Formats: sequence, structure tokens, C-alpha cells
Amino acid sequence: MADLSCNFVGVRSPNPFWLASAPPTDKAYNVHRAFEAGWGGVVWKTLGEDPHIVNVSSRYGAVQWNGQRIAGLNNIELITDRPLQVNLDEIRQVKRDWPDRAMVVSLMVPCDEASWKRILPMVEDTGADAVELNFGCPHGMSERGMGSAVGQVPEYIEMVARWVKQHSRLPCIVKLTPNITDIRKPARAAFAGGADAVSLINTINSITSIDLDLMAPTPTVDGKGTHGGYCGPAVRPIALAMVAEISRDPVTLGKALSAIGGIGTWRDAAEFIALGAGTVQVCTAAMHYGFRIVDDMISGLSNWMDGKGYARIDDFRGRAVANVTDWQFLNLNYDIKACIDQDKCIQCGLCHIACEDTAHQAITREKNGVRHFEVIDAECVGCNLCMHVCPVENCITMQRVDNRPHADWTTHPNNPLRVVAT
Amino acid sequence: MPRQEIADIAAGRLSAAQLAENFSDVSPPLDRQAALTAAQRCFFCYDAPCIKACPTAIDIPSFIRRITTDNLRGAALDILGANIFGGTCSRVCPTEILCEGSCVRNRPEDAPVRIGALQRYATDWVYRDDARLFERGRDSGRRIAVVGAGPAGLACAHALARIGHRVVVFDAHAKPGGLNEYGIARYKVLDFAAREIDWLLSIGGIELRHDVTLGSNVALAELRRDYDAVFLSLGLAGVNALGIEGESLQGVHNAVDFIAVLRQSNDLDRLGIGRRVVVIGGGNTAIDAAVQSRKLGAEHVTLAYRRGTAQMSATAAEREFAQTEGVNVIEWVQPRRIVGSAGKVSAVEFEYTQLDAHGRLAGTGELLSVSADVVLKAVGQVLSIAGEVPEIRKGRIVVDVDYATSIPGVWAGGDCIGTSTDLTVQAVEDGKRAAHAIDRALAAASTRG
Repeated sequence: MADLSCNFVGVRSPNPFWLASAPPTDKAYNVHRAFEAGWGGVVWKTLGEDPHIVNVSSRYGAVQWNGQRIAGLNNIELITDRPLQVNLDEIRQVKRDWPDRAMVVSLMVPCDEASWKRILPMVEDTGADAVELNFGCPHGMSERGMGSAVGQVPEYIEMVARWVKQHSRLPCIVKLTPNITDIRKPARAAFAGGADAVSLINTINSITSIDLDLMAPTPTVDGKGTHGGYCGPAVRPIALAMVAEISRDPVTLGKALSAIGGIGTWRDAAEFIALGAGTVQVCTAAMHYGFRIVDDMISGLSNWMDGKGYARIDDFRGRAVANVTDWQFLNLNYDIKACIDQDKCIQCGLCHIACEDTAHQAITREKNGVRHFEVIDAECVGCNLCMHVCPVENCITMQRVDNRPHADWTTHPNNPLRVVAT
Repeated sequence: MPRQEIADIAAGRLSAAQLAENFSDVSPPLDRQAALTAAQRCFFCYDAPCIKACPTAIDIPSFIRRITTDNLRGAALDILGANIFGGTCSRVCPTEILCEGSCVRNRPEDAPVRIGALQRYATDWVYRDDARLFERGRDSGRRIAVVGAGPAGLACAHALARIGHRVVVFDAHAKPGGLNEYGIARYKVLDFAAREIDWLLSIGGIELRHDVTLGSNVALAELRRDYDAVFLSLGLAGVNALGIEGESLQGVHNAVDFIAVLRQSNDLDRLGIGRRVVVIGGGNTAIDAAVQSRKLGAEHVTLAYRRGTAQMSATAAEREFAQTEGVNVIEWVQPRRIVGSAGKVSAVEFEYTQLDAHGRLAGTGELLSVSADVVLKAVGQVLSIAGEVPEIRKGRIVVDVDYATSIPGVWAGGDCIGTSTDLTVQAVEDGKRAAHAIDRALAAASTRG
């Protein structure tokens, strides 16, 4: 059986599945239940300075897609709305009760050295394993100069990270906001400031929907709404791209990274780990189904690793990074054609109409006057669209047909900036 | 009190509450969530097979997609624009051999999209809210007589009204609707048929004249004289007889009459029903009569058919439903005589049948007696028409591709022309297409003027 244990910048946990800083890690009661369910660690919901903030009623908006609940979730909840000391006392007790689990404390205080210098010793005193700097929340706190207002300015990130490392011995994880243009810049700044790791992505600035009766955004608070932070399965592809960018950036190559963003299954987790993540953090999936989902995450990851012959997380961590490249290096001679398995085809015609209307007119709709869907190889560019719209698994597959050697854009005659062989 | 050995016919075999439950909606409507779940299973096929399987060619993927976006008005227009009886059809169509039978979802999962139930969901609100979906066309000054207020006649009348023609619909019964009102099992439509027709007629321009029978109190010649066109949608008002001994015994009835009485009854617990009922026939009328006998409280209901279940004109789904309801189906038997005592039926004597070397049905000589208090005959309905008669072949009015009969100015559709099926949905299509053919003919005539 695979060993799932982790040592992430000195923080040990029995598995890589942590609960992200969010409502599920708001207080001791929830965290006890999470640890009982098997979670490897938690990032305690963000602490701030007293007096504590207040929250509004109605805090979530969700995108339902084709009958599936919560394809994406948006929240306008702020950081903890309990007194600092209550949180600190509970953190101390929980860490004492669960010494083998990772206890990371998320922090958000104003952008001045004194504030950080004041709160860090208090956290360190609880016995917590690390701190995570919340530079991500795009709503509410950002209006007060915190959260993503800091995360969007690399210089601030570097400055605060430096203060934290200066005033605390705890490992420092910087949580990044995706609401920026180039995720590599804040990541580089965090490491330049001495941070031990980055975690990403925080939520994406969003409005989930407009209530057409109320003529207001959802969630609606007494007739008004505001932008919030988007998370859940819908944001996972964005998170994967951002994690990949940091993992393959020569400046931050090999640095510790905790992945967040729409992770709900062991497979999601494995994908992020393959892109270099040392641990993964989960929130929306737990909020949707409860803490028990970690059970299959542990079992599934372990079984998959056993099947692949990976004994430890590090055996496959980062394995996909080298295969993330720039478009210009893709092999232009690689050629695939769609192939429709006529025995599996149920005659829905979706491949035909997708190709006919929006792609390359490469799929027939009849043969000898009979409904029949077949690929016209000469027209097929191997775009895969038909394969994605086909509702039958493995009915449309892509077959490789090329036999020429690799050639990419860097040397292509149409590229004005091509490399000319000398 | 000992049970009667013969002629045990009694009302109120079941409590009023039990009867009410037995005759309630056989498949209750979907609520919004169930409808969305069902609708989201539709793949939105290109050039979908289900459309081709529908005699009225309803754009099924389109209306289902509109359900998923809460565009119920658009969905209802998709349905009712193609089939003005889309409400009834959603309840009575044998969807398993039409739209749902052709759903591509059958192949991977053996579970088609629930098109019938979704069609009902998309249209129920129309009758509830008395929604105005169609406008009567500008008055053309033309008047058309429709004979028979069943699905074919009213579909024709509605289509003509949309065009702008004035229509007078004659019907032999007291109420419009034809089989929808008198001939379909109560648990399938409840009081829906009348509501649907009220809504249909609300377009205006359609006048109903009831208790008028062609050839008896109105002549085809009069109609041809007084109207610009005549559409015959007479249905099949006659009933085949068994032609065997005992047919006139007390307790022997036509199944269609039994069904009509049941549909029109306000007090099911005052309706007499035999303890032992034998239904003779293999069509949907036989099934409806057998099932409703059970639902009224008959203890033993036997449906006897002279061929195998595979040859029944009732659909497999209908037959299975009857069997689930406790109807005993006996195949390969033909009635020889109805046995009576004191003028009342006591049993039906059957002879077993088989196919001979030439594939013809033949009796084996072996007999079977089934005791009965009531016998319901459902061996087919026939065209009943008196007076001036258009050309008739094989018991049905002959029409051309435009539904024109051999008599100029007279069109016909529905069961009386007997196309391939005897389905409501086909009758509706006949009426709709005949209306457009009539309109084209009138336009051509005025051009020639």
C-alpha cells in the first residue's frame, strides 16, 4: 500500500489532503470532525485583528449546470467573525488533540509591520505548524487594503513575507490570488521575500448570476449583491494552468506549492501533484458532500499509486511538469483523425452537427440515403470536437496517422521569427 | 350471504375512496425538478429520430431544450403548433413504439428520455392558465363543415380557424371529443379531454352542433350546398358482432359502450360490474375495458384473444399494464358460444386455435369454458355512414394524398379513412393536413373564379 504521508516545508501530515482556509475550518468542532474523517491537515479559517469582522446573511451563490448542483460556488463571507483569542485557544487544543495532523493558520492583518509582528507570536504560541498569508480574498477585505489588494502587488507580497519570516520561526506559505495577469510575478515575489511555499488559487472574482426578478446579483442581501470569490469544479482548469506556470517557471522551479482550486477527488489531487504540488487543499467539495469525501480520496489515490507502482507521493510529484510547454514547441507534424465506431454509434448526430456548423465539415450525415455518421479523413484536422460532444464513451477515438519527424513553429516557414538553420 | 353463482353483477364492489384511487391519474405529472432531470437527459440530437417517429412531427429536442430553460411557452408552441391535441397525446400515445421507442438513449441504457411525460409538463400549464397561444386568422368569408368532433375533426377545425375560415362542427354525441371524451380509459385522461377542447375552441370561429348524425338529421348534400367544403371525421361508430349464439343474453355488452358509460359516470360506486368479466378482443379497447373492469372491482377478468399476444393490436406495454393490473390474458382461443341461464350470461365457451399449414387461423376442436357474469365484446369497430356515401374500400373512406374523397368538395380523415394506424396522433395529423389541403383547394378555386 502506497505511503501517502507528506513533509511539506517541515509540516508533516499523514496524507496530502488538507482542508483549505474557509468555513469548514472555522472552529474546533468542525476541525475535530474533519480529523475524525481522516483529513491530513487543515488551514484554519483566516484570523484577523480584533475587533473581529461581521458577516452578512446569504453568503453563497452557486452555478448549477445541467442538473448538477454546484458546478461553481461563489462566496461573500469574510474572514473569521469570532474573537482572536477564541480561535487561538481552539487551535492550541485541537493541535494538542491531533498532533499528527497539519495545523496551518491563515492570517490577514493590515499591511503594516507592527500588525504582523503582533499576531505572529500569538499564533506560534498555539503550537501551530505554519502560517498561510491570505493575500487572496477578492471581496470585502480587499476594500480595506487586505486580501487580494495585497496579492495583486508583488512588492507588497515580498515585503509582508519578509516581515513574517523575520518575526516568526514558523514556515510561511503565501496564498496567491488568481485575480492578476501573470501568476508567476506574485509567486516569485513570495519566494523573494523568504516564503517557504505558495498556495493557489484563492477564489476568482465573480458574480454567479443575476436574479432576473430581483434584478440583482446572487447571493442577494436585501436587494443588493456584490462580487464574491468563485471556487469549485468550474475553476479547476484555471488553477491547473496557474500551478503549471509556477512549477515550470525557472525562477520558482522546485519550490514548494500547495494546490487549491476545485479539487474534489483523488484524481483531481493526483493531477495537481503531477504538476508539482506537495499537498492539496479542498473546500467546495467538502462543503457540498461533507468531510467523508476524504475517504475515497485516500483510498483512490493509494490504489492508483499501487497500480502505477508509485510507493510515495514524491515518486510521481511533478512528473507532468516537463510536458507542459509553450505552443511553439508542439509538433506540427503530429496528425490524428477521428474514427467513429459504428457498432457503438447511437445515431444522435451530435458529431455531425458540431463539425458541420462549427468545425470542418468532416462528418457525413448519411450514406446511400441512410442516416450514417462517418469521418471524411481528408477534411478532418484532428481537433477532437466530435469526440467531446459524443455522448457514448469511446465511440469516437482519435487515431494517429502521421509518419513525419517532429517539426514545430520555431522552424516553420510561415513564422517570421523562425530559427534558420545555419 | 353466499356469492351468486351466476349473474353476479353489483355496484360498489369497492369503496368510493378505493374507486377514486383506482381511477386517478395513471401517471401523475412531473414537477419542475423531475421535469428538469428528465429533460436534461435529452442529447438534443441532430435531425432527431424521435421527430421522425412522431406522426405529427413535433420538434421534440427543441421543446425539451426549452423546458430546461424554463421557456414553457416556447415548448408548448413547439408541441401544440404541430399537434393541437398534444395534451391528450402526451397521455395516450404509445410513446414506447413512437418517439420514445426511437430515442437514441435506448441503445446504451435501455431508458429513453421520458418524452411523453415531458410533453405533458410542457403543456399542462396551457390549459390550467387558459393561455392564448394561437390567434384566429382574418375572416376569409369561407365556411367549412366538419362532421365528427373527435381529434381529427377538431384538429381540422382549429387549423382552419387559424387560417381564418369559419367552421361548423357537427357531432352525433352530446359532447365534443369523440374517442377522447367517450373512448379512452378514464384513468388516462380523467376530466382532461373536456378541458383541452374548451381551450382549443377558445380560438373562436368554431361553432359546435351536437346531436347531429350524418345521414339521419343532416344530409351530406345539404352540407355540400351550404358550405364551401366538408370534412368527414366520422370515426368508426359501428361495432362488430361476434356472430355466435348467446350474444343477446343479458350481461353481454360492447366494450366501447362500457367504456363510454364509465367515462361519463359521476358515481363510479353506482356502476354495476360483474364479479367475473370476460373481454373478447386484442386491441386497446379490449385492454381498456379489461383494466377498468378490474379497477371497478371485478374479481376475475379474463381477456381472450383468438391469436397470440404478439399479434394483438394492443401494444405490448398496454398488455403488460393489464396483466400487472390483474387481468388474465388467454391467447389462441376463439369464442364459440355464450352460455346463459334464465336469459343471463353465465359462461363463454371458447375453442382453442392454432395456425394451419397455410398460416390460417383454425380451431383445434378442444374447448374451454370460462364462467362470466359480464361479457364485453371488443372485436373491432366499423365505419357507419348513411345516405350519400363516398367511395369506400375495405370498410374505409378512400382519400387521395390531399385527403380528398371521391365526392368533390368533401375531404375525410381520422379513423374513418383508416390509414396505417388508429392512433389519436395520426387522426390529429390527418385533420391538420386536410385543413391545409382544403385551404389550398379553396384558394385555387377562387383564383380560377
